[in-house]
Amino acid sequence: MSQPQTMSQKILSSRAGLPSVEPGAIVEAAVDMVLANDVSAPMMIRGFKEAGGERVFDPARVVLVADHFTPNKDVASALIVNEMSEFASSQRLEHRFEGGRSGVAHVLLAEQGLTLPGELIIGGDSRALTYGALGAFATGVGATDLAAALVTGRTWFKVPETIRVQLSGELGPWVGGMDIALALLNTLGPEGAHYQSLEFHGPLVEALSMEARQTISNLMVESGAKAALFPVDQATTDYLAGKAKRSWHSVAPDPEAAYSRTIELDVSGLEPLAARPHLPHDVAPAHSAGYEPVNQVFIGSCAAARLEDLRVAAKVLEGRTVHPRVRLMVIPATPALALAALREGLTETFVAAGGMVGPPSCGPCAGGHLGVLAPGEVAVATANRNYRGRMGHPGSRIYLAGPAVAAASAILGRLASPTEVVS
Amino acid sequence: MISGRAWVFGDHISSDAIVPARYLNQRNPRSWAGVVLADLRPEFAEQLGFGDFIVAGRNFGCGSSREQAPMAIKTAGVGAVIAHSFSRMFYRNAFNLGLPVFACPEAASLVHDGDRLRLDLFSGAIQDLDQESSFQAEAVDPYLAEMVSAGGLIKKVRKQITGH
Ligand code: SF4
Repeated sequence: MSQPQTMSQKILSSRAGLPSVEPGAIVEAAVDMVLANDVSAPMMIRGFKEAGGERVFDPARVVLVADHFTPNKDVASALIVNEMSEFASSQRLEHRFEGGRSGVAHVLLAEQGLTLPGELIIGGDSRALTYGALGAFATGVGATDLAAALVTGRTWFKVPETIRVQLSGELGPWVGGMDIALALLNTLGPEGAHYQSLEFHGPLVEALSMEARQTISNLMVESGAKAALFPVDQATTDYLAGKAKRSWHSVAPDPEAAYSRTIELDVSGLEPLAARPHLPHDVAPAHSAGYEPVNQVFIGSCAAARLEDLRVAAKVLEGRTVHPRVRLMVIPATPALALAALREGLTETFVAAGGMVGPPSCGPCAGGHLGVLAPGEVAVATANRNYRGRMGHPGSRIYLAGPAVAAASAILGRLASPTEVVS
Repeated sequence: MISGRAWVFGDHISSDAIVPARYLNQRNPRSWAGVVLADLRPEFAEQLGFGDFIVAGRNFGCGSSREQAPMAIKTAGVGAVIAHSFSRMFYRNAFNLGLPVFACPEAASLVHDGDRLRLDLFSGAIQDLDQESSFQAEAVDPYLAEMVSAGGLIKKVRKQITGH
C-alpha cells in the first residue's frame, strides 16, 4: 500500500515511475508536453544543440508559440520567429503557432486540447501554471530545462508540499475568476506559496467555469506557487469533449493526503476587486481602490481574455462610449476567440464604443509591444502583473482587475465598479 | 574553496532588476553580463572581481522565469550567490546553469558590504575574514550539487547522450 498522495504527488510519481513521492525529494520524470514561446525558444534551441541534441524526443509533444512580439514588432523579433519556424520545420513539430494561427500560448494550448488532466507539463514561461485548471501539474521553467527535456523527454523536479485551498460561498453579480484570484493573492502575499503546489477544493469549485479556473491558476504564480491544480470533474470532461488531442486519465487526490496547510476563501459578499500599483497582492474593492484618471484600459492577456470575459466586458460597454481620454484595447487571446467575438457581435460593441480590437497576442501585457505606457500614465488591465514598468515606462501605474471593472473604468475614465455604470 | 569580496543587496531582488527586459532581445550572454544589476548598483558590473560574491536578502531572483538573470551573474564572474532565500525559478535555473547558490539567512543578515569571504563549495561553510565569523549554509541536495559539479544541465545531458 503506497502513501496517500495529493494530486501533484500522484502526477509526479506516475511520471517518475515510482509508487509514491515525498515532498522535498528530487525526482526525474517524463514530461507530457514542452512549451516554448518567442522569449524562451532562442535559448532553448541553442541549448538543445549544445547538449548534442539531433531529434526532439517526440515531435507531437513539443509546441512552439510566437505570442509575445507577434505580429513581429521589429527585426530582432522577426529573426526570433524565423529561427522558431526553421526549428519547427526541421524537427517536424506537429504543433506550431505563428501568424494568424497564433495566440497567447496559455489560452491557446488549453483551447486546442494540447494540455490534459493528469499530465506533467513544462513551459518556458511562468504562466504555464494555467493548465492546472485542467488538472495538470504544469509549471514554468527556464530555457535550459526546455533544452534538456527536448533531448531526453524528462526533467527533474523537487516534489512540492501542497496547500489546500478551500473555496466556498456564492458569487455575486459582476464577480468572477479574476476577483477570486486577486482575493487569494491578497491572502497568500508575495511568498505565501513558495516552492509549493496549490490544490483547490470546496463546494464553489464545481460552480466555477473552466474560464474562471484558468484565470485563478494563472495568477497563483504571483505568490510563488509551483503549480495550481483544480480537480478533474464534469466541467473538465465537458470542456475537453471534441478537443483533447490525446487520450487522458483522470487524477484525484487520496482522501488521507497530507497538506502543508489549508487556506479558506468564502466568496459570498466579495465585491469586484482591483490590485493597486505596483503589487498584485495590494488588493481593494474596485470602487475605492484609486481615483486617478485612467489613460489606457487593456482587456486581454492569458489571465482574463477568454470568451466569458469578453462577454462580460461587452455587456458593460454595450450602447455606451469609452471616455475621451481613454485608449481601450481589447485583444481576444486566440484566433478562435476573435472569431467567436466577431460572430457574437462583441467586436462590434467594442469598436462602436470607441475601443481598438487587436490581433491575438500578448499585446501590451509585458510592455514590449502594442500599447506601451508613457511616464505618468495609468492603466487598468485584465492581466496578471502590475510591477513597476511592466507595461512601459517605470513611471507608469497599473491596476489589475476583471473584465467588468476594466470595461466600467474605460467608460468613466477612472477605476470604477461595473455597478456605477450598469444598474 | 573560493574567495572574494561580498556585494550586499536587499530583499526581493527581481530578475527584472538583474537583467532589465530592455536587454532581452540581445543574443550574446556577454551583453547581459555587462549590465547585470546595473539599475541597482551601476558600479557592480564594472568593479566586480572574478569570484566575488553576491549576498542578498529574501526571495532573490523573484519575478519572471528568465534564465538570462542567472546567466548574466555567472558570465560576469560571480563565484556564488548567498541569500536568505531564493525564488523557485531562479534557484532552479542557477543549478541548471552551474551557478553555485547557497541559502544562508545568517550570512545574509550579518555579512557587510565589502567583507572578504571564503566559501567551501562542497560543504557550504562560509567564513567572513573581516568579521572573523563563520556561517553554515543550508545543505544542497546531492542531486543538485552533482549537477553544478558536472558544469550544469546541458553538459550533464550531453555526457549522457554523447559520452563526452
Ligand atoms: S499575456 Fe502576459 S502574462 Fe500571459 S504569456 Fe503573454 S506576456 Fe506573459
